[in-house]
Amino acid sequence: MSNDALKRTPLYEVHRQLGARMVPFGGWEMPVQYTSILEEHRAVRTVAGLFDVSHMGEFEFEGPGARDLVQHLTANDVDKLREPGRAQYSMFLNEQGGTIDDLVVYRLEEARYLTVVNAANIEKDWAHVSQVAAAFSGVEVRNRSDDYALLAFQGPRAADILGRLAEADLTTLKWYRIMPAEVAGIPVLLARTGYTGEDGFELFVAPAQAADLWHALLDAGRDEGVLPAGLGARDTLRLEASLALYGHELDEETSPLEAGLGRFVAEEGNYIGAEATRRLREQGLRKRLVMLEMRGRGIPRQGYPILTPEGEEVGYVTSGSFAPWLQKSIAMAYVRPELAEVGRRLDVLIRGRPVEAVTVPRPFYKRPRK
Amino acid sequence: MNVPADLLYTDEHEWVRLEGDVAVVGITDYAQHELGDVVYVELPEVGSTVEQGKPFGVVESVKAASDLYAPVSGEVVEVNTALEDAPELVNDDPYGEGWMIKVRPSNWEAEKANLLDAEAYRRLIEEG
Repeated sequence: MSNDALKRTPLYEVHRQLGARMVPFGGWEMPVQYTSILEEHRAVRTVAGLFDVSHMGEFEFEGPGARDLVQHLTANDVDKLREPGRAQYSMFLNEQGGTIDDLVVYRLEEARYLTVVNAANIEKDWAHVSQVAAAFSGVEVRNRSDDYALLAFQGPRAADILGRLAEADLTTLKWYRIMPAEVAGIPVLLARTGYTGEDGFELFVAPAQAADLWHALLDAGRDEGVLPAGLGARDTLRLEASLALYGHELDEETSPLEAGLGRFVAEEGNYIGAEATRRLREQGLRKRLVMLEMRGRGIPRQGYPILTPEGEEVGYVTSGSFAPWLQKSIAMAYVRPELAEVGRRLDVLIRGRPVEAVTVPRPFYKRPRK
Repeated sequence: MNVPADLLYTDEHEWVRLEGDVAVVGITDYAQHELGDVVYVELPEVGSTVEQGKPFGVVESVKAASDLYAPVSGEVVEVNTALEDAPELVNDDPYGEGWMIKVRPSNWEAEKANLLDAEAYRRLIEEG
């Protein structure tokens, strides 16, 4: 794909001014880093980092039939969102129980839901949602992806810094909640969600006001060490937190149960993929996601084979990196289900050489409780 | 971008400096900048041989692994073991403490003709 065909977020010029390195990601031209992935990663773990995630897609479901349609489309039980202002992690499944996409469902109003989907999947998801929606009445479905810019402000100091700018009491906004607010005088949908393993917020804002909001947040946190952070740090942060990334841990052939996400998949109900998911629960999984910590030297990368100490190939790496905060090399990998218990010795085949690793508890990194 | 005048270069962004009868090898300032934070370097054993234009090791940034290509053929007489615990030296000082291997060249006079001088290398990265 030529760079001309790549889409740009409303913050593209801001990134260029900050000297970001821009790379293609899911059809978008996005900042992978501003100065250093390691520094940006550390800023998010110790203070806060500001990410442009405007490439993510937003679909809105509104009307008396909205609940029924979202319940049918998504694997989690949308009735757990008992009142407006609540959010849940969920997935679109196919009839075989494989994952079309993973997403967050926000209940904005009594009969109005917003789903946030992966950038690379927007077209595929929208075709799926539109097709399913045709059989439902009393609900209007809109692809609002171009109507929202999305900033993620993540880190242990994010709440205090944001609190100084927000005309709202943030203590009432618990994890996985959302509310309308004003930040630096700019109207936003303020969600306490994120993808870094830290406390933090995601701010939905009109594209025309995205740059002002960006600068307000950076300026408010500058003295404390808040940094703009790119997709490079976002990826290492989510890996340390053992969070799945579509195209790595999840795809059309993989059930969220296999990715260890069963608690987000309703046991009852007749959502799309429910029947296949029930069969999988009864008959057993084909593979299981494990967390691997390297004992030997080397960095595991996506696609590297997993071997038993005897040399039998039993799986493959889905995501791997040097973990900047943990200061060791880690990976998520699929292995045969009977090999998934914690403490098992496995090897990762790195450039033809088996390197020792061990399965460890999930997540690799859990933020300290305040 | 720093391109010292007294070194020779490959079009894969390695540099080489002849010190007596030993050739010191590393990656360029441009290369370390393009890679970003270097977090792992895999180097050959002392006593092994490397061949001009062929991979001799791997340098890994947070995002990706890249092959290292030998600018000269010969026997590896020393490797920079400091990079095991401090791979960031490649970013901090690519032409100094971030050096990678020392090679006793087997065919220096013939092979140096295949390398770029500083001016040609600078043109390469500026046009690249």
